[in-house]
Amino acid sequence: MSDQITTDPSKPAQRMRAGSMTLTLGPWIVAAILLAALPFIFTSNSGLTIMNQMWITVVFALAYNMLLGQGGMLSFGHAVYAGVGGFACMHIMNASDFFASMPLPLLPIFGGLFGMGLALIVGAFSTRSAGTVFAMISLGVGELIAACSVIIVAFFGGEEGISGDRGEALPFFGLNFWSQIEVYYLTAFWVFISAVLMYLWSRTPVGRMANAVRDNPERAEFLGYSSRWVRFYSFVASGFFAGVAGGLFAINYEILTEENLNAASSGVILLVTFLGGVGFFFGPILGAIVFTLVQTVLSLETELWAFYAGSLFVATVMFFPGGLAGLIMMHVPPLRLGKLGVLTVPYIKTLIPAAIGILGLCSLVEMTFHYRHAATGDHEMTLFWTTFDSHTILPWIIAGAVTLIGLGIARTTAPALKEAWNEANTAGGKR
Amino acid sequence: MELILVNLIDGLVTGLLLFMLSAGLTLIFSMMGVLNFAHASFYMLGAYFGYQISLALGFWVALLVAPVIVGIAGAGVERYGLRRVHQYGHVPELIFTFGLALLIEELVQFIWGKNQMPFNGPEVLNFTAFAIAGNSIPAYKIFMIFISISIFMGLLYILTKTRVGMIIQAALSYPRTVEALGHNVPLIFMGVFGVGTALAGVAGVIAGPVLGTFPGMAFVLGSIVFVTIVIGGLGSLWGALVASLLIGWITTFAKSYNVEMEAVLNGIGIATPDDLSENLFRDFWALTSPQIADILPYILMVLILIFRPQGLFGKRQS
Amino acid sequence: MSTPALELTGLTKSFGKAEIIRGIDLSIGKAERHAIIGPNGAGKSTLFNLITARFAPTSGTVKLHGEDLTGLQPFQINRKGLSRSFQITNIFPKMTVFENVRCALLWAQGYKYSFWNLVERSRRLTEGADAILDQINLLPRHDLPAGMLSYAEQRALEIGITIAGGADVIMLDEPTAGMSHSETDYITDLILKVTEGKTLIMVEHDMGVVFGLADRISVLVYGEIIATGKPEDVRGDPKVQEAYLGAALEEEH
Repeated sequence: MSDQITTDPSKPAQRMRAGSMTLTLGPWIVAAILLAALPFIFTSNSGLTIMNQMWITVVFALAYNMLLGQGGMLSFGHAVYAGVGGFACMHIMNASDFFASMPLPLLPIFGGLFGMGLALIVGAFSTRSAGTVFAMISLGVGELIAACSVIIVAFFGGEEGISGDRGEALPFFGLNFWSQIEVYYLTAFWVFISAVLMYLWSRTPVGRMANAVRDNPERAEFLGYSSRWVRFYSFVASGFFAGVAGGLFAINYEILTEENLNAASSGVILLVTFLGGVGFFFGPILGAIVFTLVQTVLSLETELWAFYAGSLFVATVMFFPGGLAGLIMMHVPPLRLGKLGVLTVPYIKTLIPAAIGILGLCSLVEMTFHYRHAATGDHEMTLFWTTFDSHTILPWIIAGAVTLIGLGIARTTAPALKEAWNEANTAGGKR
Repeated sequence: MELILVNLIDGLVTGLLLFMLSAGLTLIFSMMGVLNFAHASFYMLGAYFGYQISLALGFWVALLVAPVIVGIAGAGVERYGLRRVHQYGHVPELIFTFGLALLIEELVQFIWGKNQMPFNGPEVLNFTAFAIAGNSIPAYKIFMIFISISIFMGLLYILTKTRVGMIIQAALSYPRTVEALGHNVPLIFMGVFGVGTALAGVAGVIAGPVLGTFPGMAFVLGSIVFVTIVIGGLGSLWGALVASLLIGWITTFAKSYNVEMEAVLNGIGIATPDDLSENLFRDFWALTSPQIADILPYILMVLILIFRPQGLFGKRQS
Repeated sequence: MSTPALELTGLTKSFGKAEIIRGIDLSIGKAERHAIIGPNGAGKSTLFNLITARFAPTSGTVKLHGEDLTGLQPFQINRKGLSRSFQITNIFPKMTVFENVRCALLWAQGYKYSFWNLVERSRRLTEGADAILDQINLLPRHDLPAGMLSYAEQRALEIGITIAGGADVIMLDEPTAGMSHSETDYITDLILKVTEGKTLIMVEHDMGVVFGLADRISVLVYGEIIATGKPEDVRGDPKVQEAYLGAALEEEH
C-alpha cells in the first residue's frame, strides 16, 4: 500500500480508465464468441433447447440481481414481470395483422416494455422501503397477479394459458425462425445485448447510487438522492429486462401458462441468482448456467432433485453467502500472491473424500425414498450403475460406511485445509 | 340473518387459525426483526407430526406432543441456522427462511409422499354442536375456537403479567439494554422462536383434519399469513389479531354470498356494455365474489399499502 | 444586511412529553464558522437533525438563505446546498474510498438519476473525486474499501463526502469525537482547509477545536441557547460558566 503514497494525483484516474476498458472488454468478446460457437459443439436439438433455456434464465437472473444484488431489494414475486412480458408477446403473436408486419427479433422489446409497465405501477408503491416490507409486497403482488391468471381468462388464458406461432412474423432477412438454430441465435443475440446493457446500467450514476442506497440509504439521502426513487428506477429497469426474458420465453416455447407467473418460478429465480452469487455481476450468469445443467441432469436421474437443490440452497445461504461467484473470487487474493499451488493438495485431500461422503449420503437418501415409496413388491433399485435389493441390509451398510468414511476423512483433513488457506492468503512466507 | 351467524362462526374459525400463525410470526418479527418465511412450514410440520402421532397414540396426545416437537425443531433452526446467518444481515436471513420453507416442503414430500394424509379429528368431537336454520355447526369448529382463544389468553397473560413476559417485552424493544441487565438474550430469542413455531404447530394439528394435511398446505396458508401481518402492521400483535379476523370474515362472506361484479358496477351507476362477449374487460364484468374470495386479502394488502403503508396498527416509520 | 445563511426561528421539538429543543432562535451569517457547544444531552444532535429534516420539528422554522425548509425531505435540503456529516461515521463501507466520494459528487454535477452516462467515462467526476481525496489526504487509500480505513481516516472520508457536493453550508456533527490528540489536530486542519469561504456549523466537545476554529459560538443547555457570541465573550459569560460548572458537578455524582 505504502508505495502508492507518492503517486501523482491524476494517475489513479488514468490507470482506472485504461484498466477498466481492457478489463471489461475481454470477457465480453469471449462471451460473444462462445455464444456464437456453442451450437457447433452441441448440435443436437435437445442441446439447443437446453442452451436456450439457459440463456433465458441468464437474462432473468441478471434482471433479478439488479434488484437483489445491486439494489438490496429481495423480491418473492419477480416471475410476474417476466410472465406478463411473455403473455403480452403471445398476444402480439396472435394479433396476426400487426405481427405479420413485425420481424420476430423485435418481439422481446415489447415483452420488456410490458414488464416495465407493470413495474412502473407496482414500483410506485412498493419501492418506498427496502428489506422486509418490500419483500412482503412483492410476494403479495406476485400472488395477486398469479391468482388473476385463472380469473382474467381474456389475458392469461386460464388453465391452458396462451399459445401462438412465432412463424407468423414478418420474415427477418429471409429467416422465418422455424428451426431451432435460428431461434438459438435470436436468443443468443438478445442475451448478449441484455447482459451488456445491464452491465452498463450498473456503471451509470443511477446504477452506482443503487449500490449506495443498498448499503446506506440514509447517507444517500444526505447526498441529494431520494433512496425511494433510486430504488424505483432499478425496479423499473429490472422489470424491463425480466420482460425481455419473458418475451424470449414466448418465442422459444410459443406458450405461456400460469406456471410462468407463480411463486415457484419466482422462487427458482431467487435460488438461481443466490447460488450464482449476488455480489458480482457474473454471479447470476454462472448460477443460471450451472442450475440449468444440474436441473437437466439431476431431474433425469432422480425424483428428489428439488430436495437436493433445496439443501444446496440452504447450505449456500448458511456457509457461502457469496455464492459460486463469491467462492471463485475468494481465490483471487491467493492467485495474486502466487500461492494458489499451496491449496491444491489440501483441496484434493478434503474435497474428494467430502464429495464421496456426500454421494454416500445421497445414496442413503435415495434408498430410504425407494424403501418408503416404491410400489409394493418392487425391491429392486439402481444407483450409480449398480442394481440391488433395497430391502436387504448389505447396501445400507455399504452406503453408510462410504458416508461415514468419506465425511470422516474430510473432517480430519479440514484443519489442514484451513491452515493452507490462511497461508495462501498471507503475503510473504517461505513459498 | 341465520346465514350471517353461520358465516360469522366460520370466519371466526379461519381468522383465529390465521391468528395463531400470525401471532407467532409477529412475536418473532418484532423481537428479531426477521420475518420467518418458513413459519407456515412449521404449521405443516405440526399437522404431519400430529397425524403420525395420532396414528399411534391418538389425537389428544398428538395435540400435546406434536407442537412440542415442532417448537424444539424451531428452536434448533434458530440456534444452528438463523443465528449463523444473522451476521450477514436481514435479507440473507429472509432468504434463509425462504430456503428452509422449500426444504421442509421437499422433506415432507420425501417422508410422507405427495398425497393428502387421512388425518381425522377425534371421534369424541364428531357430532353436531348445534344447528342454525338447518346449517349444522360441527363440535370440532367450536373446539378450534376454544383452543385458539385460550391460547391467545394464555399468551396475553404471559406477556403482560409474568416476569418472563416483562423480560420478553423489554427484549423486544431494547435487546441491548436487556442483555446489559444480565439476561441471556440469545436464549430468549431461541425461546421466543421455539414458542412461536410451537404455536404454528398447534395450529397445524387442529387445522390438519379440517383443511387437509398435504405438502402444499404451508404455501396455501403461508402467503395469506404474511399478507395478514402486513395488513395489521408489521410487529403489532393487535394488528395481527384484527387483520386475521378481518381476512377470515371477508373471505368467508365473499365465498358464501354470490355477488357479481356486474351487479356491483350497475349498482354504482356503470351500465353493462352492449356487446360483452367482445369487450376487453369481459372477464372483469363476469367476476363473482366466490371467484375472487381467495385473492381479496392480496387486494386488501395492496390498498392498505397505498393508503396506509405502515399497516392498520403499525407505527409510522420515522 | 444580507440574508443569513441559516436562520432558525422559534424551533422546538418534543418527543412525547419530553421537550428536547425549547425554542431556538439563531442566525448564522454567510461564511461564518459557528460552533454549537453544550453539556451532554443538551440537544445538540437533535438540533442538527431538525435542521437537516432527519426529524420534523414540533414548531418553528428553518430558513436556508432566506428560504423556508419546512416539509422538505433530507435529499431536497441537500440539493439546496446544505450538507452534513454524522456523529457516528456514516459512509458506504463496502465501496471503495474513491467511489464514496464519487457518489457524493453525482448529484452536484447534475447527473441526477441518469442512466445514459457512464461514471467511468466522465473525466470531470473522476478528477473531481480525486481532487477531494487529495484535499482530505486519502489519495493513497483510493481503491481500498472504505470500511477498512482507520477510524480517523473514516472521519476524514466522512468530511470529504460532506463537502464533495460543493454545498455552501456545511454541518459537522462532532467531527473529532473519539480521536487522539494528533488525529484531532489533523482533522482540525482539514476542516479549516475544506471549509474556506463556506458557512460551517459544527457541534463539538473539544474546546481546543472550538476555540481554534469558530468565529462565533452558541451554548446550548437543556434545549435553549443561553449565550451566543465571539469565543472570548462566551468564555467570560457567567451563565455559561455556571452551566458548565453545574454539569461538571453533576457528572461527578
